[in-house]
Amino acid sequence: MFDVAVIGGGVIGGLILRELSAYDIKICLLEKESDVAMGQSKANSGIVHAGFDAKPDSLKAKFNVLGNRLMPQITKELGVKYKNNGSLVLAFSQEEMKTLEELKSRGEENGVEGLEIISQEELIKKEPNVSKKAIGALYAPTGGIVCPYELTLASIGNAMDNGAELFTKFDVCEIKKDVDFIITAEDGRQITAKAVINCAGYGSQKIANFIGDFSFTVGGRKGEYILLDRQSGGFASHTLFCTPTKKGKGILVSPTVDGNILLGPTAEEVDFDDRTTTSNGLQSVISKANEMCQGVPHHTAITSFAGVRAYSDRHDFIIEESKVQKGFFNCAGIESPGLTSAPAIAKHVAGELIGKTLNLKKKENFNPIRKPDYFFSELSVEEKNEIIKKDPAYGRIICRCEQITEGEIIRALTENPRATDIDGVKRRTRAGMGRCQGGFCQPYVAEIIARVNGTDIETVTKNGKGSELLVGKTK
Amino acid sequence: MKNYDIVIIGGGPAGLAAAVSAYDNGVKSILILERDECLGGILNQCIHNGFGLTRFKESMTGPEYAYKFIEEVQKRGIEVSLNTTVLSLTKDKVVTAINSQEGVTLIKAKAVILAMGCRERSRGALNVAGARVAGIYSAGTAQKYVNVKGYLPGKDVVILGSGDIGLIMARRMTLEGAKVHAVCEIMPHSSGLKRNIVQCLNDFDIPLYLSHTITRIDGDKRVTGVEISAVDSDKKPIKGSEKYIKCDTVLFSVGLIPENELSKEAGIRLSPKTKGAEVYQNRETDVSGIFACGNVLQVHDLVDFVSEESELAGKSASEYVLNGEAEKNAINCIAGANLSYVLPQRIDKNAGGSVTLFFRTSGVFKNCKITVQDGQKTLLEIKKRVAVPGEMERVNLTEDKIKSIVGELTVGLEEGV
Ligand SMILES: Cc1cc2nc3c(=O)[nH]c(=O)nc-3n(C[C@H](O)[C@H](O)[C@H](O)COP(=O)(O)OP(=O)(O)OC[C@H]3O[C@@H](n4cnc5c(N)ncnc54)[C@H](O)[C@@H]3O)c2cc1C
Ligand SMILES: Cc1cc2nc3c(=O)[nH]c(=O)nc-3n(C[C@H](O)[C@H](O)[C@H](O)COP(=O)(O)OP(=O)(O)OC[C@H]3O[C@@H](n4cnc5c(N)ncnc54)[C@H](O)[C@@H]3O)c2cc1C
Repeated sequence: MFDVAVIGGGVIGGLILRELSAYDIKICLLEKESDVAMGQSKANSGIVHAGFDAKPDSLKAKFNVLGNRLMPQITKELGVKYKNNGSLVLAFSQEEMKTLEELKSRGEENGVEGLEIISQEELIKKEPNVSKKAIGALYAPTGGIVCPYELTLASIGNAMDNGAELFTKFDVCEIKKDVDFIITAEDGRQITAKAVINCAGYGSQKIANFIGDFSFTVGGRKGEYILLDRQSGGFASHTLFCTPTKKGKGILVSPTVDGNILLGPTAEEVDFDDRTTTSNGLQSVISKANEMCQGVPHHTAITSFAGVRAYSDRHDFIIEESKVQKGFFNCAGIESPGLTSAPAIAKHVAGELIGKTLNLKKKENFNPIRKPDYFFSELSVEEKNEIIKKDPAYGRIICRCEQITEGEIIRALTENPRATDIDGVKRRTRAGMGRCQGGFCQPYVAEIIARVNGTDIETVTKNGKGSELLVGKTK
Repeated sequence: MKNYDIVIIGGGPAGLAAAVSAYDNGVKSILILERDECLGGILNQCIHNGFGLTRFKESMTGPEYAYKFIEEVQKRGIEVSLNTTVLSLTKDKVVTAINSQEGVTLIKAKAVILAMGCRERSRGALNVAGARVAGIYSAGTAQKYVNVKGYLPGKDVVILGSGDIGLIMARRMTLEGAKVHAVCEIMPHSSGLKRNIVQCLNDFDIPLYLSHTITRIDGDKRVTGVEISAVDSDKKPIKGSEKYIKCDTVLFSVGLIPENELSKEAGIRLSPKTKGAEVYQNRETDVSGIFACGNVLQVHDLVDFVSEESELAGKSASEYVLNGEAEKNAINCIAGANLSYVLPQRIDKNAGGSVTLFFRTSGVFKNCKITVQDGQKTLLEIKKRVAVPGEMERVNLTEDKIKSIVGELTVGLEEGV
């Protein structure tokens, strides 16, 4: 019996879980996949938006600006990579310059600090690779970048360290309200809870429907990306956006916190959670990036991927107690800037919404700190040697591109939330995320997974059942 | 900080041959750093025959070939550090390495030989569209699973790219009971050795689709099929030519990239064509005292030539240690018409001796002529019936000819002669 069950292990569910873990209540997280951070929170742009995009008075505007301010502190506590690199919105015509003025005053109304329109000359000084056709830009010094899945994993790990329980492969397929909520998974497992928070992203409409709440619908819009090798990391230092037009927001060119360059996303309506890349999509990323910047080093591409934005028909975040069922809360339609807003949404949901339903008392021994995870390559020689002396596994490099050690991989397999497959290890350690994309290290990682879990390598999967790496022994 | 005369990064065939040759040329303080748990490099997973035909006039497996050199290294008592990865290299030849026993150590060398080999280009590098699911491997990874770990990565296979590893894996997977439905090659010609096309594809009736590529990979958790399309002369897929193949596995064999992250860090100039260091004929890079050989320098077809090149690099490094830096009188050596590269990129006229030029053509040419010219005259002309990019070519320039060079040297190919 739980006090609160959170459905959906994305960044929203994750940070809410962490907020709740500070209180003296029994809480759990239900996730349908074999790991957390498998939805939108895995494949997005990773931008900590300044907050000039959203319409004033919308929930998006409110939580974006608040979330932006909370991000440095929360990433520090959780040991997650974050960088305040600043954003630039590029204008290619006088008309677009006018739009920048509008964005600037909208941003100011939302409470964004330090916005400034800069000239072409200043722009080129900040970003020498920007197209010479850009005539000016809106500079937002509070813009930043963060690793979205790292934030999700770390918040869930921290919550678990503070007592929260995680149930993976728990595909919620029925919710009944008796005295309490009875939540049933597809495989028959059941959980009861006094309150339920629906953070199921693309699945949040379905979850709401289970309790008879039909007050919103959720649609999907796919975005495709291309990721460039770290050798091109110096290509841009700020996040570069196009000026939004009637045709849409366009794509961005941005560094990531790990030093790669990200190009994308496209925007295409989809009617299921379709995360395949298409040649048209990738082609359009390439040509749009070429309009924004000169000499984009496309030849250093190391991977491409896609994410699906789950937006609601209200076109704003839905963060409220359901009108049809008390104790059931919807956090739905959390599209961009949802990642940025997540820390603020979590505080609001835990404090304001749950706090009013349940009697919340702070835990005495809550520890908000999660040791930085995968820092090994950034340590000094002395620090490294200290660790290797204690645990020789840190002296064995497994992923050569990212210089990830066996020690870090074992840690990912044993600490909260534990990785169980190749992709899980990859998201936690970056092993396989470099230029060879696991070509070299995958067999070794698979062996370590099998060893730590005491199973055979044949059972190791890429990302859960059905994605086994191997089909059998050789003759 | 430890000190050695020569530090060799990589214990594959290149590193091994370089070590033996450096030793035999008079330098005894040598250290080989190898990140794997054994010496031999990529050869350890190449259990097929066909190694050593040129050098030893017999056909051996990869491990057998490697063992010949490992024995030589052991006989000489050359120091080897296994399970040791080099993390960084500086211009003044300080190597940072890591292993479980000693932790992170710094090693100062008088000369360094780069022998890190190469890695495979991944799917991402090509931006092939579709699902990101299980069952997609580079051919070398599949080879490792099958030959080293003893597991089969799939049963119904489509291979993209006709590089040698892909061809060899087509045969290997077939012998293991898998069905290889197709090998697709985007170019109008294969990049693999002719003997591999015959022995690995034709002998097993595996179709090779030239001027074809994979345009989409389908699957939910695991690959369920691929769409392949013919491409036009710009390598763009031709609408209407799509063909669907059901499969559970896609192997990529789309090229090897010399592993030069350490070289870049040391500020060594790399050739945009070979993706390896630019070198003089003695295999010294533009950073004095750092040499390169084997696949980290240029991707070789045959390990026999790796050994040969590495012996040259080992000898040069020992000369550098024993005699100090020599004054150079360098000229550039340029890839002209129809060649993708020429190596060495620079020739030191002071060095003496003849020089062998290595190069690859940029396409398939029949009845052609290879010419070596300087600013004024033609030094050499060689007629060839066929030249293909899959086979590395070489020509030898005598000492006299080198001495007579005026200005830069250009190697080119003329068609239809
Ligand atoms: C292409 C793209 C780019 C974006 N860029 C940015 C950006 O730069 N900055 C920014 O601030 N925001 C950005 N966003 C928005 C941001 O990613 C989302 O707002 C945020 O990740 C939403 O998190 P979530 O937890 O609500 O959803 P998700 O991360 O999707 O999590 C929902 C979870 O619920 C699980 N689930 C679903 N159904 C069930 C069920 N029946 N039972 C159990 N579990 C279930 C899913 O498996 C999933 O793990 C972007 C989004 C996309 C798609
Ligand atoms: C599948 C396949 C089939 C082949 N078939 C044939 C054939 O039939 N006949 C033939 O003659 N040739 C064949 N070859 C070619 C031959 O194997 C290669 O040319 C040869 O192995 C290249 O030698 P190398 O030493 O340059 O590189 P490698 O063999 O790759 O060795 C490089 C070594 O350096 C180590 N290393 C790299 N970076 C570091 C670091 N930072 N720190 C420490 N150590 C490091 C690596 O672990 C590796 O052991 C084949 C190659 C492949 C891949």
